[in-house]
Amino acid sequence: MDTEITLRVDGAAHPLAVDTRTTLLDALRERLRNTSPKKGCDHGQCGACTVLLDGRRVNSCLVLAVTVGDAEVTTSDGLAADGQPHRLHRSFVEYDAFQCGYCTPGQVCSAAGVIEEARQGWPSAVTGDVTDEPDLTDAEIRERMSGNLCRCAAYANIVPAVAAVAQSEGVRR
Amino acid sequence: MREFRYEQPPDVAGAVALVAGAPDGAFLGGGTNLVDLMKLGVATPDLLVDVRELTSREITDLPDGGVRIGAGVPNADLAADRRVRERFSVLAQALLAGASGQLRNRATTGGNLLQRTRCGYFTDVTKPCNKRLPGSGCGALEGVHRNHAILGQTLDGPGTCVATHPSDMAVAMLALDAVVRVLGPDGERAVPLAELHRLPGEDPSRDTTLRHGELITAIDLPPLGFPSRYRKARDRASFAFALVSVAAALRVEDGVVREARLALGGVAHTPWRALTAERALVGGPATEDAFAAAAAEELEAATPLRDNGFKVPLARNLVVRTLADLTEGSR
Repeated sequence: MDTEITLRVDGAAHPLAVDTRTTLLDALRERLRNTSPKKGCDHGQCGACTVLLDGRRVNSCLVLAVTVGDAEVTTSDGLAADGQPHRLHRSFVEYDAFQCGYCTPGQVCSAAGVIEEARQGWPSAVTGDVTDEPDLTDAEIRERMSGNLCRCAAYANIVPAVAAVAQSEGVRR
Repeated sequence: MREFRYEQPPDVAGAVALVAGAPDGAFLGGGTNLVDLMKLGVATPDLLVDVRELTSREITDLPDGGVRIGAGVPNADLAADRRVRERFSVLAQALLAGASGQLRNRATTGGNLLQRTRCGYFTDVTKPCNKRLPGSGCGALEGVHRNHAILGQTLDGPGTCVATHPSDMAVAMLALDAVVRVLGPDGERAVPLAELHRLPGEDPSRDTTLRHGELITAIDLPPLGFPSRYRKARDRASFAFALVSVAAALRVEDGVVREARLALGGVAHTPWRALTAERALVGGPATEDAFAAAAAEELEAATPLRDNGFKVPLARNLVVRTLADLTEGSR
C-alpha cells in the first residue's frame, strides 16, 4: 500500500512514495541510495543501522518510514559538514577504531548520541547512583555503546576514540 | 510482511475507534517490538494506528506526591527524569538495565508493558507455540528453555506455556503499585498493574487482560517514600534480557522491616509480585537470614524445568543481595 512521504535526510528533503512496510533503513539505502547506515541483523540487535532522528540515536531498521514525518534524519554521512569529516570520524581513524568498517557509521552515530545524552546528564546502568550526572568514563562508554556490535571486535579502540571526543566536548574529565 | 494500512488519527479517541473496529488492527507505539514481530511473521496486523505522537509524552506530578507517566514517554526520557531518579530509583535502574540506548530512545512506556515474550519458539513461525498459534503445542517445554519460567507456568494441556515476560520496567512498576490508565470504546478505566498481565492458564495467546481496542494512555505511580533498588542477572553485562531480576523497596526502623515491596522478573509469564515473601518480611528482622527465609518461602511454589533449575537459587540470592543493599542504605 503506497503512501506519499517526504523524508528530510542530512539537510535535504526527499519526496517519495513508499509501501507502508518500508523501514527507514530500506528507504535510505534502497530508495535514496544513502548507504551510510548498514543492514546488519535487521532486528534492532546490532546497531549497524543507527541514525539520529531529531538528534537522538535510533535503530533505523525498526522505524517504519511512514512514521518519520517531519523529523530530521542524520546519517553518519550527514555528520560530515562542508566535505570535512566529523570529529568522531577523525577520532575513529586516529585510534584505528575499525577493521572492516561495516559497523562504523552506526558506531559513529551512536557515539554522537552518547555524547549528547551525557551532556544532558543522563545516567546509565553502570552509574552507581542514578541521581548523579556521570562523567563519561571508559566503563560508561562501554555500557552506553553496548547496542553497537563489532564483529571485528575493534571495541578496544572504539572506546578511546569516543573518549577522546567526549573529553574535547567537556563530558569527560 | 503482510500488507497493512497506516493511520494517524487526530486524537486517542479516534485511534481507539479505528482499532476497535478492525479485528486485525493494532496500535503502533515505538515499534521496537511490533515491527520486529511483523518482519518475523509473528504479528500480522492489516491496520497500524500510530499512537506514538498521540499519547502523552509528559510526566506530571500528582497531588499525592506520585507521578503520572504518559504512555508515549520514551523509555530513555523516563529513566532520565529527575523525579523518577530521585523518588523511584528502582524504576530508573530497571529502565537503564534494559535494551540499548537506541531502543530506549524509541520504545514507549505503554509499549514496554505490552511487549511480547522473547521465547525462541514464539518468534519462530516454523515451531510449535501455543501463544502464537493456539493448539500447536509448546516447543520450549522439552526444548531449549534455560531462560524460561519457573513459576506459574501451564505445564500440560492445550494451554501449555513456559514463556517469561521480558520487561524490566514492568517489574519495577509492579513493585511500585503502578496503576495503568486505559481508554477503550466504552470509556476510561484504571487497571492496577498487578491485574494487567495474566498467567498463561488455558489461553497463553493472551498476555494481558486488555480487550481489543483498549489503549494504555498513562501509568500512575503512587508516592513511595522509602529506598528502592533494581538488580538484574543476565548472561552478559549489558544489552541482554534478565535471567532473573529483582525490584525491591524496603522501609526499616530499628532493625525491623516495616514495609516491603518485592517483584521478580524473568521467572514467569507475568512480572511476579512476591507477596508471600513480602508478608514474611514485614515485622521481622532486617537480616540476611530473614531475607533468605522469605525468598525461600516465595520460591517453594517454583516448578523449574529440566534446564532452568538454576533460577531458583539465583532468585533467592538476588533477593537477599538486593534487600541487604537497601538495608545498608544504598540507593
